Amino acid sequence: MMNNRALTRARFIASPYIIWAALFIIAPLIFVIYYSFTNASGAFTLDNIRMLSKYLPTFLRSIWFGIAATLICLLLAFPVAYIISQKSDVIQRTMVLLVMLPMWMSFLIRTYSWMAILQDTGIINSFLTKLGIDPVHMINTGPAVILGMVYNFLPYMILPIYSVMAKLDTSMTEACQDLGGNRLTVIRRCIIPMSMPGVVSGITMVFVPSVSTFYISQKLGGGSFDLIGDVIERQFQQSYNYNLGASLSLVLMILILISMAFMNKFSSGEGEMVI
Amino acid sequence: MKENVIIELKNVSVSYGDNQVLKDLNLYIRDKEFITLLGPSGCGKTTTLRIIAGFINPDEGEVIFEGKKINNLPPHKRQVNTIFQRYALFPHLNVYENVAFGLRVRKLPEKEIKETVEEMLTLVNLKGFNKRNINSLSGGQQQRVAIARALAVKPRVLLLDEPLGALDLKLRKDMQVELKNIQQRLGITFIYVTHDQEEALSMSDTVVVMDGGIIQQIGTPIDIYNEPKNAFVADFIGESNILDGIMLKDLYVQFSGQKFVCLDKGFAVNEQVDVVVRPEDVDVVEPEKGMLKGTVSSVTFKGVHFEIIVDIGGFKWMIQTTDYHPEGALIGLYIEPDAIHIMKKSEYSGLFGDYSSFSEEFDELSNPEEEEDDE
Repeated sequence: MMNNRALTRARFIASPYIIWAALFIIAPLIFVIYYSFTNASGAFTLDNIRMLSKYLPTFLRSIWFGIAATLICLLLAFPVAYIISQKSDVIQRTMVLLVMLPMWMSFLIRTYSWMAILQDTGIINSFLTKLGIDPVHMINTGPAVILGMVYNFLPYMILPIYSVMAKLDTSMTEACQDLGGNRLTVIRRCIIPMSMPGVVSGITMVFVPSVSTFYISQKLGGGSFDLIGDVIERQFQQSYNYNLGASLSLVLMILILISMAFMNKFSSGEGEMVI
Repeated sequence: MKENVIIELKNVSVSYGDNQVLKDLNLYIRDKEFITLLGPSGCGKTTTLRIIAGFINPDEGEVIFEGKKINNLPPHKRQVNTIFQRYALFPHLNVYENVAFGLRVRKLPEKEIKETVEEMLTLVNLKGFNKRNINSLSGGQQQRVAIARALAVKPRVLLLDEPLGALDLKLRKDMQVELKNIQQRLGITFIYVTHDQEEALSMSDTVVVMDGGIIQQIGTPIDIYNEPKNAFVADFIGESNILDGIMLKDLYVQFSGQKFVCLDKGFAVNEQVDVVVRPEDVDVVEPEKGMLKGTVSSVTFKGVHFEIIVDIGGFKWMIQTTDYHPEGALIGLYIEPDAIHIMKKSEYSGLFGDYSSFSEEFDELSNPEEEEDDE
């Protein structure tokens, strides 16, 4: 039992976090909900919600791009995480550092660099021209947008999977070998199922920002692949229609919560989430 | 002599960097025997087990299974299975699937898998636990699942790496009996690794005492206890008073300033030897009737007997007796010829055997329950 003094102390220590949460999480949420159901003059209305049907294709595209980016990240990250986890401690630390290194640079700069790489007269195409191969149109296409997402969010898939794999007890894989499993069986029946908590965390951490991302599609998609994040940004930055922006955000949030709940249900019994 | 040998290790050496873990080890294991590798942590016993399992390839020497060299055979192709120290059960599978694992890898028909799993779960007394989650089981139950899982694939040899280390005393005793029963019923070879000498003595057909990567002695439990080869074995197995002595001639030995009749011979005249007298083999008598006299310096009640430390000419003896003798009492000791065991001098001479620094905590410290750190 905590006595009164300890309780006061605990409250005191926790207070900065509670204030932080109230100020930067709860309050904005309340604003979002308030704006969603009001019009410019502050009266209650459902018009914003009705408007959403107009943005259905954008929502679908966002989800489709998000799923594609997440799947590609998963396919790339799983082997990378496995390879890292098999190395010695020093090499593991170095490789993890290398995975995180791009995250030290601004997201905008990294996306701009991809423009320079992918442009019709960009790095890849000038190289191809030099080799005498016809240039390939890459920028302002759907795949370019997905590439941008994969590039930016890949570390968020690698790190949680790696952290689960690094913690796997080697006696598990030994037990699997001991019972007759060759290398492939060990990966298929042991490593993959036991890495699921990391995979689930990784999927969440890539899918959520991919669905809600803006800017990547503006720069690499050339404006013809509007994602829901861009639409929301425009409502606030250009149209000054806070009410529509808020209702779009609200719906996106609910979509993300539903997909996360789905993932958690899918992973129930797999133990705790990693991050 | 070498009939029925199933596994043989020939001149096996293993080092990790500068640390030589096994030094020119030679060992053969007979089919259907219960053999125990016994020693303190870091003695190389787990390494030996892992070499047989195939997880470590020795730097030098041969591993031979039924006459064939298997040094390069990967673990999954060897007819041996391991019970791991912390069981290594698969957390993502339930009890049934854990036991079925090896059978599924072998792609056996579902009907056969079901029969074998049920048979194994019955064998280890876990009938009806099929659907249970591994993490919801107690330590003892997890242990049983691990045994069932390893036995399901019908190994020729079962390797057990301190399997009972994590269980409490009562459960450990029960499992010892059960493991021994399983071994006898199935008629397969058990290679058992432990640092618990009592466990080794009560279960094994053969005990291999190891220290510093070297086999100190191989023998039946009774041989090992009664005829230890050197001071290390005498000290590690049971309690021993180990004294410096001189072999006057065959059957006569001198220690603690007295001459004794013993049963050992074959030593040089006046050879320096180590003399072992087990605490339970000493009779306490009236001071004037004793061969040795001393004062009791401490008494501990152990339930079955009293453990008394007696100071005889500065050397502290441990004696187990059912009669109470108060601290400070003068008592005599009477030692029968068959209670005296003579050993050649070895590198371990003088390191063990005096109970002057003896205390319960010290005893605990020198027998850590942790796993080996020699990997």
